[in-house]
Amino acid sequence: MKEEKEIILKVENLSKQYRLGLVGTGTISHDLNRWWYKIRGKEDPYLKIGDSNDRSTKGNSSYVWALKDVNFEVKRGEVLGIIGKNGAGKSTLLKILSRVTSPSTGSIKSRGRIASLLEVGTGFHPELTGRENIYLNGAILGMTKKEIASKIDEIIEFSGCERYVDTPVKRYSSGMTVRLAFAVAAHLEPDILIVDEVLAVGDAEFQKKAIGKMQDISSEQGRTVLFVSHNLAAVQSLCSRGILLEDGKVVFEGDIDSIVKTYLSSGNNERHVKLSEVKDRIGNGALKFEHIELLDKEGNNISEILSGDFCRFRIYLKYFDQVDLKDCCIGLVIYDDKDIKIADFYSDEMGVSFSQNYTSIDLKIESLMLRGGSYKVILVVQSKTVGMLRYDRIENAIGFKVLTSDFYNSGKLIRSTNVGLLPGIFTVE
Amino acid sequence: MKQQDWLYEIKPKGKLFDLNLREIWRYRDLLVLFVKRDIVTVYKQTILGPLWFVIQPLFTSVIFTLVFNGFGSIDTPGDVNPFLFNLAGITIWNYFKECLTGTSDTFVKNQSLFGKVYFPRIIMPMSVTVSNLLKLGIQLFIFILFYLIFYFKGQAGIPNIYLLLSPLYVLIMAMMGLGLGMIISSMTTKYRDLTVLVGFGVQLLMYVSAVPYALSEIIKSESDWVQSALPFVIFNPLSQVIEGFRFMTLGSGAFSWGFLAYTFTISLLLFLIGTLIFNKTEKTFIDTV
Repeated sequence: MKEEKEIILKVENLSKQYRLGLVGTGTISHDLNRWWYKIRGKEDPYLKIGDSNDRSTKGNSSYVWALKDVNFEVKRGEVLGIIGKNGAGKSTLLKILSRVTSPSTGSIKSRGRIASLLEVGTGFHPELTGRENIYLNGAILGMTKKEIASKIDEIIEFSGCERYVDTPVKRYSSGMTVRLAFAVAAHLEPDILIVDEVLAVGDAEFQKKAIGKMQDISSEQGRTVLFVSHNLAAVQSLCSRGILLEDGKVVFEGDIDSIVKTYLSSGNNERHVKLSEVKDRIGNGALKFEHIELLDKEGNNISEILSGDFCRFRIYLKYFDQVDLKDCCIGLVIYDDKDIKIADFYSDEMGVSFSQNYTSIDLKIESLMLRGGSYKVILVVQSKTVGMLRYDRIENAIGFKVLTSDFYNSGKLIRSTNVGLLPGIFTVE
Repeated sequence: MKQQDWLYEIKPKGKLFDLNLREIWRYRDLLVLFVKRDIVTVYKQTILGPLWFVIQPLFTSVIFTLVFNGFGSIDTPGDVNPFLFNLAGITIWNYFKECLTGTSDTFVKNQSLFGKVYFPRIIMPMSVTVSNLLKLGIQLFIFILFYLIFYFKGQAGIPNIYLLLSPLYVLIMAMMGLGLGMIISSMTTKYRDLTVLVGFGVQLLMYVSAVPYALSEIIKSESDWVQSALPFVIFNPLSQVIEGFRFMTLGSGAFSWGFLAYTFTISLLLFLIGTLIFNKTEKTFIDTV
């Protein structure tokens, strides 16, 4: 009677609070206050306050919630991808899951042993040989000596460091250390394996091997894997389901492809706020971008556009100092979601000169020749006359999505490969 | 699906005394490997290697003999050669000292490891205590060697029946060193002041622990200074252990069952309090360290 796979891990209302600033002076008074509430049987007073964890804005409270009311479940044999921006709470979540630290409130229930691979090579002692370190590392990760001994040949073979296995680890290259460490962890037999950014190091061949091994672990041995990485390609190929964390909250849970899509677009859409509020900018600020809009033919605000359609970027400017727009060059650069430059527009090379200090300027594109995918825009305004005098520059000023279309009128949708299109046609002489 | 079949649950706060013995037992191999690591790696890339275990106590004894028994003319009870007398005290004192200093920085020293993997944290200080046992063994061996030399010269007393209690004395030293070390390591995660204290505190503690002199001699002293400091020395459980150890091996000093019981109780209390605080700290120390 196995109608559905059993739930192996259940996270309920998990929250974690951190105190910002210095730990030390002042903590003792909070500690005493906490203790005073505790002996009277009351709840910790500091758990009621705290801001959500948005790294770039200044908060009012010196307490911050790295995780707030996180709920999710994992089934046996599932590979769950956890994605989110830096500071979204991924590492905190993994730390709590791997019992490195305790949550502030909430609980995690587990039906299996959890082992983590938070950063490989933990507990490696540089003076010990590879073989000795395999034993030590294995034991740290929760294996018994007998278990390790029965697998040592397999581990050494997987790592591909056979020649060096009786050499102290301090003589290893960093790639070799990672290989060895991953090999140990991959041969662990926990019910739940937590993997965090291990594949960042190691060459392509080893990464492939590691991903293969993890697929193996989940599909053939029926183990559960929680995988955290910024390498979206790896996440997508490995995971079946995912959760998206943002500011310590789970904002999306579902199959991995839609999670990755949501993640990519959320990175772009967040700048729908007025550019005037963006703090992350470079320039002397004499002239600043106020706002940017993407408009269609009819002048409607859009965030998605079909390949080859007309569009118009409307850029609003605000003057803070004596600047002549006449002497300025405005640039708009389009990047794809992998930060590869696709196209750029500069007003000076077009021979355009703005006769007065306009507060809004349009960039008109008759046919947006981009293939399907996500794109973002960098805005820059600088002096034409004085070299290197930059007034303002904003990365990721706006994001938009290009939807694939029948660009060639052939009755077929063009491929969504996230690159530019050039006019051209196949013929025979 | 039943609710109670969860293997374990991670919750904000554990029980007050939450020492999971079964879990520690499951990680026993780790303890052994840590001990092995400690022993193998300490003197790697040194010429003298394990000889250093022996050189430290020998030189300290020579200096003590010069300073206290030579210049200071302190007598050793029972016509024991002062060098041997000092070596005995230093050998057992060293075990306590190594356990204390080795465990008192557990959290701070291992934060990168503890920050990534979970295993019962108490394994770490326990492994220090065990690996120091081996050092103690080597130092005891040297002590026995010198004992035999001085015995044939007629400058050493004869061990007595109380020698059978020596394992208990080692246990007392281990519990005190480990207990105190765990307390200090837990408190240093938030307040680093104690790390400074440990450095010179241990040094000072040695002088009030009857290491370079006999407890039975100092009681007879007529100096007002010594008389006013006497209670600190007598009720210091460490000095009782050291005095007792010298008594059972060299027949030099005094022994009392009452003080043994007192010392044992104190050390057990220190150990229990240490474990308690350590267990409480290990859950969230990584956020404050």
